[in-house]
Amino acid sequence: MKIEDMIKDNIKNMPPSGIRKYFDLINELDDVISLGVGEPDFVTPWNVREVGIYSLQKGRTHYSSNAGFIELRQEIASYLKRYDLHYDPSNQIIVTVGGSEGIDIALRTLVGPGDEVIVPEPSFVAYKGCTAFTGATAKVINLREEDQFKLTAELLEEAITPRTKVVIIPFPNNPTGAIMTREELEPIVEVLKDKDIIAISDEIYSELTYGEDHVSIASFPEMKDKTIVINGFSKAFAMTGWRLGYVCGHPALIEEMKKIHQYALMCAPTTAQYAAIEALRNCDKEVNDMVKEYNRRRRVMVNGFRKIGLNCFEPLGAFYVFPSIQSTGLTSDEFCEGLLKEERVLVVPGTAFGDCGEGFVRACYASSYENIVEALKRIERFIKNI
Amino acid sequence: MEEILEILEKNSRLSNEEIAVMVGKTAEEVEAAIKNYDKQNVIVGYTALINHENTNDETVTALIEVKVTPQRGEGFDKVAEKIYRFTEVKACYLMSGGFDLTVIVEGRSMKEVALFVAEKLATLDSVISCSTHFVLKKYKDKGTIFEKKAVDDREAIYI
Repeated sequence: MKIEDMIKDNIKNMPPSGIRKYFDLINELDDVISLGVGEPDFVTPWNVREVGIYSLQKGRTHYSSNAGFIELRQEIASYLKRYDLHYDPSNQIIVTVGGSEGIDIALRTLVGPGDEVIVPEPSFVAYKGCTAFTGATAKVINLREEDQFKLTAELLEEAITPRTKVVIIPFPNNPTGAIMTREELEPIVEVLKDKDIIAISDEIYSELTYGEDHVSIASFPEMKDKTIVINGFSKAFAMTGWRLGYVCGHPALIEEMKKIHQYALMCAPTTAQYAAIEALRNCDKEVNDMVKEYNRRRRVMVNGFRKIGLNCFEPLGAFYVFPSIQSTGLTSDEFCEGLLKEERVLVVPGTAFGDCGEGFVRACYASSYENIVEALKRIERFIKNI
Repeated sequence: MEEILEILEKNSRLSNEEIAVMVGKTAEEVEAAIKNYDKQNVIVGYTALINHENTNDETVTALIEVKVTPQRGEGFDKVAEKIYRFTEVKACYLMSGGFDLTVIVEGRSMKEVALFVAEKLATLDSVISCSTHFVLKKYKDKGTIFEKKAVDDREAIYI
């Protein structure tokens, strides 16, 4: 028996991570400044960590109910009201293992072979990956820099076919930092409201917007029942390693998603759940401070790239800058590999987030001010020497 | 608090140009704002936060609880002034509760600090009593933890 032949085709055919080679390179080099990692450099606020520790000291080491502690779901429900989202904690929320699990179980609940999932790109790699695992087809929308990488009604309309069952709404966006305002969502809602299509709205960066508050597509009454909202604690509360997120939606959808969740994962880690209750109750100031700091670094980075001569649209969300490197004449991959080898700075090629990311790189500003300034210096030197 | 103050309070070495980028203003606007803060006595100084444990110079810090008799017509302020004018006094606060003034004194040795308390502080007319506590170790000061700077040890992950 050849072991490889036992593996399902759609798994085998999935290309490995496009940036693995960079990660291998990093391990061989010293003094690398990584703007490649997509997670906060802040540590989880101490009061949150302390509650997690206390829960362990008290011996709270058991499962929770499948959907998560009701106390946590209640806190999530009351927290989401700030986005004008109203969910019943008893049957409209599941606490998941990160936002990623939410994406996975939502797609597995909704689509299979023959179905199409609209995935606007550039975007987080898991949408296409998880779609492929279900046997459904990802129908990619190539977002454009001239639209500031926002989803437009025209592009959406073009992508919809009779097979479309799901559209991913990935804003604030990783990797571009694009956001969608209420006015920009309105035409999208117009397109979707009378169609049998579910929106999966990934709002994991909802706290990280600058100058504009986040607007959820589910806050439009026409969309509430047909949207699954994905969110979590990783980005807002700097809790990536705790692996905790949640999904919200119509009770009928949540009920079915819960089946997959309960068989695959039982429940989300409970230490993290206790900590998350504290995060939702007592961290507004900490979150606000982190957002302010990100905003400063965002300006430093955008300004830095523009000074170097790289065209860079202003991202108003998440913690990424997505400058164009087309003026250098290099491909994204060449740029990133050269920059890493010659100047020891890691940024991620735009192509890691979809083919239309060619000509762009993603730089994450969740890194110290000193690192950002030094990285910009090195990038400038790299470009001068091309 | 205003953003420029917030930034300077964390790092007063940043240039006007650097702060300007962070807050989305021009360097001239930042310069004008800071000048104004100086003038209004909002910003009263620019100092470095030093962990003396890691330097070669010996520094001893003491926190002294001082009870005083307020002076008629002048309250505590005149008494406090007589204390905080000494260069050995690094900080001086008027307190509520069991004593009146917290006085932070720095010296090169315990003996030097003790002599200062005995000869200068305790002998002032309005001082009733002094209770001196020597600082053994500083863990955190002005919001900054005195441990080694954390290294960025986030692992590479594909997201």
